[in-house]
Amino acid sequence: MPDLGKYAEAVLSSYAVSLVLLLILVGLSWRRSMRIKKALQDIEKRQKKNG
Amino acid sequence: MSSIWVYANPKKFIDTTDRFLPWVSVLAVVCLVIGLIWGFFFTPDDYRQGSTVKIIYLHVPSALMAINAWLMMLVASLIWIVRRHHVSALAARAAAPVGVVMTLIALATGAIWGQPMWGTWWAWDPRLTSFLILFLFYLGYIALWEAIEDDDTAADLTSILCLVGSVFALLSRYAVNFWNQGLHQGASLSLDKEENVADVFYHPLLFSIAGFVFLFIALVFLRTQTEIRARRMRALIVRDRMKD
Repeated sequence: MPDLGKYAEAVLSSYAVSLVLLLILVGLSWRRSMRIKKALQDIEKRQKKNG
Repeated sequence: MSSIWVYANPKKFIDTTDRFLPWVSVLAVVCLVIGLIWGFFFTPDDYRQGSTVKIIYLHVPSALMAINAWLMMLVASLIWIVRRHHVSALAARAAAPVGVVMTLIALATGAIWGQPMWGTWWAWDPRLTSFLILFLFYLGYIALWEAIEDDDTAADLTSILCLVGSVFALLSRYAVNFWNQGLHQGASLSLDKEENVADVFYHPLLFSIAGFVFLFIALVFLRTQTEIRARRMRALIVRDRMKD
């Protein structure tokens, strides 16, 4: 760990805030993608079965 | 050679982006890991700003992407207005939440960086203010998409909003040059060697910027695919209801 001196709080909180926001964005995008993909597959399957 | 407009076909777009998505995602992770680890652990403190210079690896790339995401949305919106390709409107819609997060990161890291350097979290400085307005435009753009039920009407109105907001996207980029005042320093990246950030910070910064660019592309691919599927799903549900 580098010595961040008196600015440690500012540097570490910048990294924490940014990485958390990026992880939330990636996580939500991925989860919605999976959810919609599955829902569409279910609808298409159901419609095929019903003709 | 096939035309670029073949990607306006939703199926072709999904098939093509599916092939590239894993590679772009890996590139994003690799560049971000190299840029951030190199910048955080292996670069010296700046003689004026001390260790706060390490915030540059997040602040500059996120600010760049905040502006460029809006410009990408502008191009996609113009394609929608001129050629009425649904994929382009959906790509603009997909990019907005990514852009809003980039803007939020730029604003947050800027405030955290500004506090020890300027003695204040916020100042009504031209660049900061134009960035805040850009953030509000992003929120308005997303809200407008959500508020209108008909996809084509929503695409029309959000495209107009995007055109108007582009003024602030450009202002955010050039505010420092237009108004030579305020607390914010000049651009960190410049073709002028004297003005450009020192090489020791510049090389890891390039990796970090590349990481943010690839992350943006990967997220836009993934989210556009999702928007295309969601649109198809809504169409199938409506068709189902009409049969009943």
